[in-house]
Amino acid sequence: MVAKLVDRNAIEEMVKHGAQLIEVLPPDEYAEDHLPGAVSHPLRQLDEQIDEIDRNRPVIVYCWDSA
Amino acid sequence: MAPRAAARLESLGFEQVFEYRGGKLDWLAAGKPTEGENSKRPRAGDVARRDAITCGLKDRLGDVRKRAAAAGWDVAVVVDEADVVLGMLRAQQLEEEASLNVEKAMHPGPSTFRPYVPIKEMADYLVEHQLDSVPITTSEGKLVGVLRKADATRAAASGSSGVRRMISS
Repeated sequence: MVAKLVDRNAIEEMVKHGAQLIEVLPPDEYAEDHLPGAVSHPLRQLDEQIDEIDRNRPVIVYCWDSA
Repeated sequence: MAPRAAARLESLGFEQVFEYRGGKLDWLAAGKPTEGENSKRPRAGDVARRDAITCGLKDRLGDVRKRAAAAGWDVAVVVDEADVVLGMLRAQQLEEEASLNVEKAMHPGPSTFRPYVPIKEMADYLVEHQLDSVPITTSEGKLVGVLRKADATRAAASGSSGVRRMISS
């Protein structure tokens, strides 16, 4: 399965309707700047923090760009 | 990183996974608000003036010059119908023959900068490159405003530095 892509215009509406916005960059980069309402779950800590993410709501992940 | 995170979430059984591929860079480039330490520091988009003079390719140079002078500007930005920056008329070009079309007089393809660049970095760039002003645009090239060197250096003097470098050269 491949994650669906969303653009920035869709994000605010999805978050308003309950989607979880997750930044997967390292914590220092999250501390500098993150999208409004985003929470930090760095990629390397994703497995250990997985129980903090609600499986019943949409999840939007982002990093710095498409890399 | 996000594609790998999305793949990992799906492998762990998450069924509603989306990826914002443009990421933080796309968000910042559009001038959208952020939260975090840097959001308290001034950036190019915060200091750029929104009342810059704009004109179209077919406008008469003399008309643009009058509008700019009346508003206290010595620069005008040439944009298309969607506000995408096509060129600049700096003081030198504004002084050319009044009957010229803007298209013939403008400096095409000026360097543009994104709204998220820290103001200290912008101020240093403007001083180093001896530029009095530069257009600030979104990642799609749409004009956000014009950043003047005087405004940038003033804002930089009152702000703090130490943020990630954003201008690549």
